[in-house]
Amino acid sequence: MNRQEAPKGFPLPSSLKVIAGTERAQAAYPYTVQFGKGDDERFWFYNSMHFPEPMSCFDMVTAEAAYCALGAANTRVHCLPTTLGIDHRIINGRVYIGGNAVTDPQQIARRTEEFQKRAFYYYENWERLYGQWKGKMLALIREAEALPKPALPEFEPLEHVHQGRGIASNHYLLDTYQRTLEGYFRMWHHHFEFLLLGYGAYLTFFAFCKKAFPEIADQTVARMVAGIEAEIFRPDEELRRLARRAVDLGVDGKFTDGVPAEIVIRSLEACGAPGKEWLKELAASRDPWFNINVGDGFYHYHRSWNDDLSMPFAGLPGYIARLRAGETLERPFEKLQEERRQLIAEYRELLGSEEERAAYDQMITLAHRVFPYVEGHKFYCEHWYTNLFFNKIREFGALLASHGFFADAEDVFHLTHYELESAIVDLMNAWSTGSAPRGPAHWPALIAERRAAIEEWARHETPPALGPVPDVIDDPAIVMLWGITRESLDTWLKAGEEGASSEIRGFAASSGVVEGTARVVKSVEEIGRLQAGDILVCQVTNPTWAPIFQKIAAAVSDIGGSMSHAAIVAREFGLPAVVGTGTATSRIRDGQRVRVDGGRGIVTLL
Amino acid sequence: MSYISWFADVGLADRPHVGGKGGSLGELHGAGIAVPPGFIIRTSAFERFLAAIEAECPVRAQIESLDAEDLCAVTACCAAMRSRLEQAPLPAEVQREIESAHAELCGSHSRALAVRSSATSEDAADASFAGLQDTYLWVQDLDQTVQKVRSCWASLYSVESVTYRRKRKLPEQAVAMAVVVQTMVDARTAGVMFTRSPTTGDRSVITIEGAWGLGSAVVGGEVTPDRWVLSKVTGDITVRDISDKAIRHAPAVSGGIETRPVEEELRRAPCLSDEQLQTLRGIARRVERHYGCPQDIEWALERASGEVLLLQSRPETVWSSRQAEPVARPAGNPLNHVMSIFGGRR
Repeated sequence: MNRQEAPKGFPLPSSLKVIAGTERAQAAYPYTVQFGKGDDERFWFYNSMHFPEPMSCFDMVTAEAAYCALGAANTRVHCLPTTLGIDHRIINGRVYIGGNAVTDPQQIARRTEEFQKRAFYYYENWERLYGQWKGKMLALIREAEALPKPALPEFEPLEHVHQGRGIASNHYLLDTYQRTLEGYFRMWHHHFEFLLLGYGAYLTFFAFCKKAFPEIADQTVARMVAGIEAEIFRPDEELRRLARRAVDLGVDGKFTDGVPAEIVIRSLEACGAPGKEWLKELAASRDPWFNINVGDGFYHYHRSWNDDLSMPFAGLPGYIARLRAGETLERPFEKLQEERRQLIAEYRELLGSEEERAAYDQMITLAHRVFPYVEGHKFYCEHWYTNLFFNKIREFGALLASHGFFADAEDVFHLTHYELESAIVDLMNAWSTGSAPRGPAHWPALIAERRAAIEEWARHETPPALGPVPDVIDDPAIVMLWGITRESLDTWLKAGEEGASSEIRGFAASSGVVEGTARVVKSVEEIGRLQAGDILVCQVTNPTWAPIFQKIAAAVSDIGGSMSHAAIVAREFGLPAVVGTGTATSRIRDGQRVRVDGGRGIVTLL
Repeated sequence: MSYISWFADVGLADRPHVGGKGGSLGELHGAGIAVPPGFIIRTSAFERFLAAIEAECPVRAQIESLDAEDLCAVTACCAAMRSRLEQAPLPAEVQREIESAHAELCGSHSRALAVRSSATSEDAADASFAGLQDTYLWVQDLDQTVQKVRSCWASLYSVESVTYRRKRKLPEQAVAMAVVVQTMVDARTAGVMFTRSPTTGDRSVITIEGAWGLGSAVVGGEVTPDRWVLSKVTGDITVRDISDKAIRHAPAVSGGIETRPVEEELRRAPCLSDEQLQTLRGIARRVERHYGCPQDIEWALERASGEVLLLQSRPETVWSSRQAEPVARPAGNPLNHVMSIFGGRR
């Protein structure tokens, strides 16, 4: 058979229209991210892994800062041979991204030479550089924590006059804002300093395993490499610790399902020494381990456990009940370590020759070396730092709201970061001239329009990809970070044709077979709807949802690979999970009965 | 006892005397793997039997003089030899030892037995020769057993076997056959398993195929078995193909096997539970470890006890005979491995 059918492609960017009535909101995004000339010739895909919901104007700073830093690391710092950076475009609040491959063999050769001088140095000095990285990251966090709360006094404080400071408070609004923004951009450089190299070393081992054992499950390779004591497990471990302490101190009766955190805390404060002791323990856990947000850190409304204790407190009654039932809730470190050692040794034994075993040893050694960064960086970057950043912006929101720029501090997130600077300058000027700021007459109508646009955009599906389908995807960054391959694109294209099939396929992330009621959770605010035994169906699962994992029977997501943290947490909890289905949230109805087979990566609609 | 060995007393090293099947069953038994109990009539019994026949008229010399291309002569000679072997009485000592072993195996009650030829060259790597000899199932009593033992011996002189040997000019002096006599397993479910993927050669998975009833329906290809793929190491079940199993083999009242329809509610039901799959995985790993190479195993799940018994295990030959390039070689600088990811397609 030699049929030459034109491959069915995705819609072209130019055919994707801004939803009627939202044109002005779309125009608020900078010109640099609007689809335009030349974009129809390129392949784009919707980055629903990081940005699964329409993005407000301010939150777009994350795309800008992250792609600035990612591209710099790939293109200029480590000089990845076959790929430069990633371009991004925004339409209807959705972020589309496209890789920038290097195809000229001469360029690849030149870049390979550079890459080996740079990346190999990093691999060789990984522990030292990563140790240094943690220091840099903590210093950056301390810097951000030290930034003053923006405020404008009626009169400059007298001590400033006596000190002869000479610079008035309004200047420090701009200074603090610019330093806040600068810190965020800098953080993203730290984020990508090691990331691609880390994923690349992991994928090297992964690809070897897939070749040596063509039928090995992705999750098994992930288990051979994943750390047992990674930062990502810590928040949940702290929660378990707090549950144990509550039982030890005899205050466990204060924790009941459905009682708000502040009421629990008030009753603990009122119950004497044991209650106070537990609250001290809580404070110890919160700094820093509750600096984890309930999403992936890319949306201002993904608040941290510290900002909103309802998530961790929702998990405590369940853990306490398990303790009372005789479980210890201790993660059996030594047993897990031993299991991992065993797994590695047994696959090693199955290899065909000593030569292969020697290559296996080399690759897994490197994978183990880099993996603590791959697993650990998220806590410092996407969680801890990002929380500080959005909370600082919130303080500017509160200040502007108090000067009538808009009704609510949260409204600040409907301004782009460029617009926010102009609003701050507006306020600085008004404070200095004594006139009224112009913002209150300017922003409220725009904000109302943008808020409505986001609600409208969320009601519309957006294509998973745009433009011509490439023959192969040879961009290691895209394969590594998004798990997108030519095969997954074919699955997406097929999903459009075979809507009637009762099976949805994804990556087998954590084995086991379970049937139950699907809860389609489209945003993190909805997780309260999950009942014990439900099957969580979401766009992207997140490890900070760990307390929810003790309640659910299985997890299904649109995006994610078997090495995603969601998959790791699911395995930790022994829950079946299928990730990277592409279409689960659109094809599964809320309340529908489904069967999840996590060992085979199949969700069946019943 | 010079003509009989029990499984417990032999291993692979005894193959010249107990044949491939007998040696393998002894080896499995010795490794602590459950097999249906039984004994082996050693090649010495065959030699003794043949010597008695040769005393009257030569057998081996006559076979050796045959021209493999002369099919007519081969057919006529083979028919005559088989008929002589099938009708000759057993030497008294051999007959006595079989009688006493049979009594020990069956005890006071009658027991169905399998009588399986166990050639000294069978089950070796030359798979084409394997399977040319006969196996008789659900053999009911001593007389029948003895008759089937004779039939097994006689099967050495089938047209196919003789032609095979003549074409390769194998010396007849070396041709001998042992016979395995073991209790039949009334299997609820039976089938085969491979400790290496038949499709990809992956050594880290176990493929299990099974169907209701006796394994002969699976081995003979009369039913499409259920099929599972398990990770050898983790036990994760990655493939579950449950087929429509219309028929099963069952023991016939009069001896032998009959084909019966499978009850409607069982046809599309998996014939093994996850727990049973894991038990099989454990056994497969032990056998493979014991032999040090991938195995091709026949198993049966006994109806009454639910116990898994192995009927056969032999080395996998298809993938093992391929000389595959190593997946990767160690690198002088281990970091060069990452170029397989970062270096682009070559």
